Amino acid sequence: MPDAILEPPPHTVPAVFTRALLDWLPWLEPLAVEALTERHIAGLVDAARVKSPYFRLLARDPDALRARTLTDKDIFYNSDAGLPRAERELAAAATSRFNGCIYCASVHSRFSATYSKREADVQLLLDDGVNADLGERWNAIVAAAVALSATPITFGAEHVERLRQAGLDDLAIADVIHAAAFFNWANRLMLSLGEPAAAIGA
Amino acid sequence: MPRMDTDVIDTLAGIEPGSALDAIRQRRPAARDQAQASYRALFAPESFGGVAVTERFAVAAFVTGLHGGAETASFYYSGLAASGASPELRRAIDTAITAAKGQGPYGSYPAGPLSRENTTGPVHRVEAETRHALGSRLAAAFDHMHLLVFHPRDAAPAALQTLLDAGWSTTDIVTLSQIAAFLTFQMRVVAGLRALAGAA
Repeated sequence: MPDAILEPPPHTVPAVFTRALLDWLPWLEPLAVEALTERHIAGLVDAARVKSPYFRLLARDPDALRARTLTDKDIFYNSDAGLPRAERELAAAATSRFNGCIYCASVHSRFSATYSKREADVQLLLDDGVNADLGERWNAIVAAAVALSATPITFGAEHVERLRQAGLDDLAIADVIHAAAFFNWANRLMLSLGEPAAAIGA
Repeated sequence: MPRMDTDVIDTLAGIEPGSALDAIRQRRPAARDQAQASYRALFAPESFGGVAVTERFAVAAFVTGLHGGAETASFYYSGLAASGASPELRRAIDTAITAAKGQGPYGSYPAGPLSRENTTGPVHRVEAETRHALGSRLAAAFDHMHLLVFHPRDAAPAALQTLLDAGWSTTDIVTLSQIAAFLTFQMRVVAGLRALAGAA
Protein backbone atom coordinates (compact mmCIF):
# COMPACT_ATOMS: atom_id res chain seq x y z
CA MET A 1 0.00 0.00 0.00
CA PRO A 2 1.43 3.45 -0.87
CA ASP A 3 2.24 5.74 2.01
CA ALA A 4 -0.64 7.97 3.03
CA ILE A 5 -1.56 10.79 5.39
CA LEU A 6 -3.33 9.71 8.57
CA GLU A 7 -6.70 11.18 9.45
CA PRO A 8 -6.53 11.99 13.17
CA PRO A 9 -9.53 10.75 15.21
CA PRO A 10 -12.07 13.36 16.37
CA HIS A 11 -10.41 15.52 19.01
CA THR A 12 -10.42 18.92 20.65
CA VAL A 13 -7.78 21.24 19.22
CA PRO A 14 -6.15 23.28 21.99
CA ALA A 15 -6.67 26.93 21.05
CA VAL A 16 -4.51 28.51 23.76
CA PHE A 17 -1.09 27.91 25.27
CA THR A 18 -1.60 25.77 28.35
CA ARG A 19 0.24 23.83 31.03
CA ALA A 20 -2.39 21.09 30.78
CA LEU A 21 -1.42 17.60 29.57
CA LEU A 22 -1.92 17.28 25.82
CA ASP A 23 -1.84 14.38 23.40
CA TRP A 24 -0.07 14.48 20.05
CA LEU A 25 -1.61 12.88 16.97
CA PRO A 26 0.63 11.94 14.02
CA TRP A 27 -0.15 12.85 10.41
CA LEU A 28 2.17 10.11 9.15
CA GLU A 29 2.17 6.43 10.10
CA PRO A 30 4.46 5.59 13.03
CA LEU A 31 6.18 2.21 12.96
CA ALA A 32 4.02 -0.51 14.46
CA VAL A 33 5.23 -1.69 17.87
CA GLU A 34 5.58 -5.26 16.57
CA ALA A 35 7.66 -4.04 13.59
CA LEU A 36 10.40 -2.48 15.75
CA THR A 37 13.84 -4.01 15.32
CA GLU A 38 16.71 -3.79 17.79
CA ARG A 39 18.02 -0.78 15.93
CA HIS A 40 14.66 1.00 16.22
CA ILE A 41 14.54 0.21 19.95
CA ALA A 42 18.06 1.61 20.30
CA GLY A 43 16.85 4.75 18.51
CA LEU A 44 14.10 5.20 21.07
CA VAL A 45 16.73 5.21 23.89
CA ASP A 46 14.09 4.76 26.63
CA ALA A 47 12.02 1.58 26.29
CA ALA A 48 8.94 3.45 27.56
CA ARG A 49 8.99 5.61 24.42
CA VAL A 50 7.68 2.65 22.47
CA LYS A 51 4.24 3.89 23.61
CA SER A 52 4.70 7.27 21.93
CA PRO A 53 3.49 7.66 18.33
CA TYR A 54 5.82 10.65 17.96
CA PHE A 55 8.92 8.63 18.82
CA ARG A 56 7.77 5.61 16.80
CA LEU A 57 7.37 7.91 13.79
CA LEU A 58 10.85 9.41 14.26
CA ALA A 59 12.21 5.86 14.74
CA ARG A 60 11.88 5.46 10.97
CA ASP A 61 15.31 7.16 10.97
CA PRO A 62 16.62 5.42 14.11
CA ASP A 63 20.19 6.72 14.16
CA ALA A 64 19.03 10.33 13.77
CA LEU A 65 16.45 9.82 16.54
CA ARG A 66 18.95 8.26 18.90
CA ALA A 67 21.50 11.07 18.48
CA ARG A 68 18.72 13.69 18.77
CA THR A 69 17.48 12.17 22.01
CA LEU A 70 20.92 11.89 23.60
CA THR A 71 21.66 15.53 22.65
CA ASP A 72 18.37 16.57 24.26
CA LYS A 73 19.07 14.67 27.48
CA ASP A 74 22.51 16.19 28.07
CA ILE A 75 21.31 19.73 27.34
CA PHE A 76 18.44 19.50 29.82
CA TYR A 77 19.44 16.88 32.40
CA ASN A 78 23.21 17.31 32.84
CA SER A 79 23.28 18.68 36.37
CA ASP A 80 26.96 19.69 36.41
CA ALA A 81 26.61 23.42 37.26
CA GLY A 82 25.50 25.90 34.61
CA LEU A 83 21.88 27.02 34.31
CA PRO A 84 19.36 25.55 36.78
CA ARG A 85 17.00 23.04 35.18
CA ALA A 86 14.02 25.38 35.73
CA GLU A 87 15.63 28.01 33.52
CA ARG A 88 16.73 25.57 30.81
CA GLU A 89 13.05 24.60 30.68
CA LEU A 90 12.10 28.30 30.64
CA ALA A 91 14.28 28.80 27.53
CA ALA A 92 12.58 25.77 25.93
CA ALA A 93 9.11 27.09 26.80
CA ALA A 94 9.93 30.61 25.55
CA THR A 95 11.27 29.24 22.26
CA SER A 96 8.13 27.12 21.85
CA ARG A 97 5.90 30.10 22.68
CA PHE A 98 7.71 32.23 20.09
CA ASN A 99 7.66 29.59 17.34
CA GLY A 100 4.07 28.72 18.16
CA CYS A 101 4.37 25.10 19.27
CA ILE A 102 1.47 24.65 21.67
CA TYR A 103 2.40 21.04 22.42
CA CYS A 104 6.09 21.69 23.23
CA ALA A 105 5.18 24.79 25.24
CA SER A 106 2.78 22.74 27.37
CA VAL A 107 5.39 20.15 28.31
CA HIS A 108 8.22 22.55 29.06
CA SER A 109 6.13 25.19 30.81
CA ARG A 110 5.01 22.41 33.16
CA PHE A 111 8.63 21.45 33.80
CA SER A 112 9.68 25.06 34.29
CA ALA A 113 6.81 25.70 36.71
CA THR A 114 7.57 22.49 38.63
CA TYR A 115 11.28 23.20 39.07
CA SER A 116 11.02 26.96 39.64
CA LYS A 117 7.78 26.98 41.71
CA ARG A 118 6.94 30.16 39.75
CA GLU A 119 3.67 28.93 38.24
CA ALA A 120 2.24 32.45 37.87
CA ASP A 121 5.24 33.74 35.92
CA VAL A 122 5.29 30.69 33.65
CA GLN A 123 1.57 31.10 33.02
CA LEU A 124 2.15 34.79 32.20
CA LEU A 125 4.66 33.73 29.52
CA LEU A 126 2.02 31.40 28.04
CA ASP A 127 -0.82 33.95 28.28
CA ASP A 128 0.94 37.16 27.25
CA GLY A 129 3.80 35.80 25.17
CA VAL A 130 7.51 36.48 25.07
CA ASN A 131 7.17 40.18 26.00
CA ALA A 132 5.62 39.38 29.39
CA ASP A 133 7.49 40.94 32.33
CA LEU A 134 8.88 38.03 34.37
CA GLY A 135 11.60 39.91 36.25
CA GLU A 136 14.95 40.86 34.73
CA ARG A 137 16.72 37.48 34.97
CA TRP A 138 13.90 35.60 33.28
CA ASN A 139 13.31 38.46 30.82
CA ALA A 140 16.95 38.22 29.77
CA ILE A 141 16.66 34.45 29.23
CA VAL A 142 13.43 34.81 27.24
CA ALA A 143 14.90 37.64 25.12
CA ALA A 144 17.97 35.52 24.38
CA ALA A 145 15.80 32.55 23.34
CA VAL A 146 13.72 34.78 21.07
CA ALA A 147 16.75 36.40 19.40
CA LEU A 148 18.26 32.96 18.76
CA SER A 149 14.98 31.63 17.37
CA ALA A 150 14.35 34.47 14.92
CA THR A 151 15.30 33.84 11.29
CA PRO A 152 17.68 35.42 10.43
CA ILE A 153 19.20 34.89 13.89
CA THR A 154 19.50 38.20 15.78
CA PHE A 155 21.32 36.93 18.90
CA GLY A 156 24.48 38.92 19.58
CA ALA A 157 26.89 40.37 22.11
CA GLU A 158 24.14 42.53 23.68
CA HIS A 159 22.19 39.40 24.65
CA VAL A 160 25.28 37.80 26.16
CA GLU A 161 25.97 40.99 28.10
CA ARG A 162 22.41 41.17 29.42
CA LEU A 163 22.60 37.54 30.58
CA ARG A 164 25.88 38.26 32.37
CA GLN A 165 24.36 41.33 34.04
CA ALA A 166 21.54 39.06 35.18
CA GLY A 167 24.08 36.82 36.93
CA LEU A 168 24.66 34.01 34.44
CA ASP A 169 28.20 32.69 33.98
CA ASP A 170 29.40 31.53 30.57
CA LEU A 171 28.44 27.88 31.13
CA ALA A 172 24.92 29.00 32.07
CA ILE A 173 24.77 31.22 28.97
CA ALA A 174 25.88 28.25 26.85
CA ASP A 175 23.02 26.29 28.45
CA VAL A 176 20.53 29.00 27.42
CA ILE A 177 21.91 28.86 23.88
CA HIS A 178 21.66 25.07 23.68
CA ALA A 179 18.20 24.87 25.25
CA ALA A 180 16.77 27.48 22.86
CA ALA A 181 18.61 26.01 19.86
CA PHE A 182 17.37 22.52 20.69
CA PHE A 183 13.76 23.66 20.78
CA ASN A 184 14.06 25.09 17.31
CA TRP A 185 14.76 21.49 16.32
CA ALA A 186 11.99 19.97 18.47
CA ASN A 187 9.32 22.58 17.62
CA ARG A 188 9.72 22.00 13.89
CA LEU A 189 9.27 18.24 14.22
CA MET A 190 6.27 18.43 16.55
CA LEU A 191 4.58 21.18 14.50
CA SER A 192 5.03 19.59 11.10
CA LEU A 193 4.50 15.85 11.63
CA GLY A 194 1.29 15.93 13.66
CA GLU A 195 -0.91 18.04 15.90
CA PRO A 196 -1.78 18.50 19.57
CA ALA A 197 -5.07 17.40 21.06
CA ALA A 198 -6.70 17.93 24.43
CA ALA A 199 -5.97 14.78 26.43
CA ILE A 200 -8.86 12.34 26.61
CA GLY A 201 -10.58 12.72 29.96
CA ALA A 202 -8.69 15.93 30.80
CA MET B 1 32.85 15.76 1.23
CA PRO B 2 33.43 17.52 4.57
CA ARG B 3 35.56 15.50 6.95
CA MET B 4 33.27 13.44 9.17
CA ASP B 5 35.67 13.07 12.07
CA THR B 6 36.01 16.82 12.75
CA ASP B 7 33.40 18.33 15.07
CA VAL B 8 31.28 20.48 12.80
CA ILE B 9 30.03 22.90 15.45
CA ASP B 10 33.59 23.49 16.71
CA THR B 11 34.73 24.11 13.14
CA LEU B 12 31.90 26.50 12.28
CA ALA B 13 32.05 28.38 15.59
CA GLY B 14 35.84 28.64 15.39
CA ILE B 15 36.39 26.81 18.70
CA GLU B 16 40.06 25.93 19.23
CA PRO B 17 41.22 23.10 21.51
CA GLY B 18 42.09 24.52 24.92
CA SER B 19 39.96 27.66 24.47
CA ALA B 20 37.37 28.82 27.00
CA LEU B 21 34.54 27.62 24.76
CA ASP B 22 36.23 24.25 24.32
CA ALA B 23 36.20 23.93 28.12
CA ILE B 24 32.52 24.90 28.25
CA ARG B 25 31.59 22.34 25.60
CA GLN B 26 33.52 19.68 27.56
CA ARG B 27 31.10 20.20 30.46
CA ARG B 28 28.29 18.89 28.24
CA PRO B 29 30.18 16.06 26.53
CA ALA B 30 27.18 14.05 25.39
CA ALA B 31 25.52 17.11 23.87
CA ARG B 32 28.70 17.79 21.93
CA ASP B 33 29.22 14.17 20.79
CA GLN B 34 25.58 13.57 19.96
CA ALA B 35 25.17 16.81 18.02
CA GLN B 36 28.04 15.51 15.92
CA ALA B 37 26.45 12.03 15.78
CA SER B 38 23.26 13.72 14.54
CA TYR B 39 25.24 15.35 11.77
CA ARG B 40 26.75 11.97 10.83
CA ALA B 41 23.37 10.21 10.96
CA LEU B 42 21.90 12.73 8.53
CA PHE B 43 24.83 13.44 6.20
CA ALA B 44 27.02 10.32 6.39
CA PRO B 45 24.62 7.55 7.44
CA GLU B 46 25.35 3.85 7.15
CA SER B 47 22.68 3.79 4.47
CA PHE B 48 21.26 6.78 2.61
CA GLY B 49 17.94 4.97 2.23
CA GLY B 50 15.45 6.91 0.12
CA VAL B 51 17.19 10.28 0.43
CA ALA B 52 20.34 10.44 -1.72
CA VAL B 53 23.46 12.19 -0.48
CA THR B 54 23.09 14.96 -3.06
CA GLU B 55 19.48 15.51 -1.99
CA ARG B 56 20.57 15.75 1.66
CA PHE B 57 23.21 18.37 0.91
CA ALA B 58 20.90 20.20 -1.51
CA VAL B 59 18.29 20.56 1.22
CA ALA B 60 20.99 21.59 3.71
CA ALA B 61 22.42 24.21 1.35
CA PHE B 62 18.92 25.63 0.91
CA VAL B 63 18.02 25.63 4.63
CA THR B 64 21.32 27.17 5.72
CA GLY B 65 21.27 29.61 2.80
CA LEU B 66 17.84 30.84 3.94
CA HIS B 67 19.30 31.60 7.37
CA GLY B 68 22.20 33.54 5.88
CA GLY B 69 24.83 32.34 8.38
CA ALA B 70 27.88 32.55 6.16
CA GLU B 71 30.11 29.88 7.73
CA THR B 72 27.45 27.20 7.97
CA ALA B 73 25.95 27.93 4.57
CA SER B 74 29.32 27.68 2.84
CA PHE B 75 30.09 24.45 4.74
CA TYR B 76 26.99 22.72 3.34
CA TYR B 77 27.49 24.31 -0.05
CA SER B 78 30.94 22.68 -0.14
CA GLY B 79 29.35 19.40 0.90
CA LEU B 80 26.87 19.78 -1.94
CA ALA B 81 29.62 20.23 -4.49
CA ALA B 82 31.54 17.27 -3.05
CA SER B 83 28.41 15.09 -3.14
CA GLY B 84 28.43 15.24 -6.92
CA ALA B 85 25.85 17.99 -7.54
CA SER B 86 26.10 19.38 -11.04
CA PRO B 87 26.92 23.06 -11.60
CA GLU B 88 23.36 23.46 -12.96
CA LEU B 89 21.89 22.10 -9.75
CA ARG B 90 24.09 24.37 -7.65
CA ARG B 91 23.03 27.39 -9.67
CA ALA B 92 19.38 26.41 -9.29
CA ILE B 93 19.82 26.19 -5.52
CA ASP B 94 21.43 29.64 -5.43
CA THR B 95 18.50 31.04 -7.37
CA ALA B 96 16.04 29.25 -5.08
CA ILE B 97 17.71 30.69 -1.97
CA THR B 98 17.67 34.26 -3.30
CA ALA B 99 13.98 33.98 -4.20
CA ALA B 100 12.97 32.40 -0.88
CA LYS B 101 14.79 34.50 1.73
CA GLY B 102 12.59 36.10 4.36
CA GLN B 103 12.00 36.59 8.06
CA GLY B 104 10.38 34.26 10.57
CA PRO B 105 8.69 32.92 12.50
CA TYR B 106 5.23 33.87 11.25
CA GLY B 107 2.01 31.94 10.82
CA SER B 108 -1.46 31.23 12.12
CA TYR B 109 -2.85 29.59 15.24
CA PRO B 110 -5.98 27.47 15.65
CA ALA B 111 -9.02 29.78 15.54
CA GLY B 112 -9.66 31.32 18.94
CA PRO B 113 -7.98 33.71 21.36
CA LEU B 114 -4.59 33.26 19.68
CA SER B 115 -5.92 34.42 16.31
CA ARG B 116 -4.97 37.99 17.24
CA GLU B 117 -1.35 36.83 17.20
CA ASN B 118 -1.59 35.51 13.63
CA THR B 119 1.01 37.02 11.34
CA THR B 120 1.09 36.51 7.62
CA GLY B 121 3.99 35.91 5.31
CA PRO B 122 4.67 34.20 2.04
CA VAL B 123 3.68 30.61 1.30
CA HIS B 124 6.66 29.84 -0.85
CA ARG B 125 6.66 27.90 -4.08
CA VAL B 126 9.86 27.53 -6.04
CA GLU B 127 9.26 29.30 -9.37
CA ALA B 128 8.81 27.36 -12.61
CA GLU B 129 12.24 27.64 -14.19
CA THR B 130 14.01 26.73 -10.94
CA ARG B 131 11.54 23.86 -10.35
CA HIS B 132 12.49 22.47 -13.68
CA ALA B 133 16.21 22.67 -12.88
CA LEU B 134 15.75 21.16 -9.40
CA GLY B 135 13.33 18.47 -10.53
CA SER B 136 9.84 18.14 -9.06
CA ARG B 137 10.98 15.97 -6.15
CA LEU B 138 13.62 18.38 -4.83
CA ALA B 139 11.43 21.40 -5.60
CA ALA B 140 8.66 19.94 -3.42
CA ALA B 141 11.21 19.36 -0.66
CA PHE B 142 12.38 22.99 -0.90
CA ASP B 143 8.80 24.28 -0.64
CA HIS B 144 8.45 22.24 2.54
CA MET B 145 11.82 23.37 3.92
CA HIS B 146 10.74 27.00 3.53
CA LEU B 147 7.65 26.21 5.62
CA LEU B 148 9.76 24.53 8.30
CA VAL B 149 12.30 27.35 8.45
CA PHE B 150 10.02 30.40 8.39
CA HIS B 151 6.48 29.43 9.40
CA PRO B 152 6.35 25.97 10.95
CA ARG B 153 3.12 26.72 12.83
CA ASP B 154 1.33 26.80 9.44
CA ALA B 155 2.18 23.12 8.91
CA ALA B 156 -0.76 20.93 7.87
CA PRO B 157 -1.30 17.41 6.52
CA ALA B 158 -1.72 18.82 3.00
CA ALA B 159 1.96 19.86 2.98
CA LEU B 160 2.97 16.26 3.71
CA GLN B 161 0.60 14.99 1.00
CA THR B 162 2.46 17.23 -1.47
CA LEU B 163 5.71 15.53 -0.48
CA LEU B 164 4.19 12.05 -0.86
CA ASP B 165 2.82 13.07 -4.27
CA ALA B 166 6.32 14.19 -5.31
CA GLY B 167 7.67 10.71 -4.60
CA TRP B 168 9.00 10.99 -1.04
CA SER B 169 8.03 8.13 1.29
CA THR B 170 6.93 8.52 4.91
CA THR B 171 10.42 7.50 6.05
CA ASP B 172 12.02 9.94 3.60
CA ILE B 173 9.85 12.75 5.00
CA VAL B 174 11.04 11.92 8.53
CA THR B 175 14.65 12.21 7.34
CA LEU B 176 14.03 15.46 5.42
CA SER B 177 12.28 16.94 8.46
CA GLN B 178 15.15 15.88 10.73
CA ILE B 179 17.67 17.49 8.36
CA ALA B 180 15.84 20.84 8.35
CA ALA B 181 15.09 20.79 12.07
CA PHE B 182 18.61 19.69 13.04
CA LEU B 183 20.15 22.47 10.95
CA THR B 184 18.00 25.09 12.66
CA PHE B 185 19.57 23.78 15.91
CA GLN B 186 23.13 23.55 14.62
CA MET B 187 23.08 27.07 13.15
CA ARG B 188 21.78 28.52 16.42
CA VAL B 189 24.40 26.78 18.53
CA VAL B 190 27.08 28.10 16.17
CA ALA B 191 25.66 31.65 16.20
CA GLY B 192 25.21 31.57 19.97
CA LEU B 193 28.69 30.27 20.75
CA ARG B 194 30.28 32.76 18.33
CA ALA B 195 28.47 35.59 20.10
CA LEU B 196 29.56 34.22 23.48
CA ALA B 197 33.20 34.04 22.38
CA GLY B 198 33.00 37.51 20.83
CA ALA B 199 31.56 39.07 23.97
CA ALA B 200 34.45 37.92 26.17
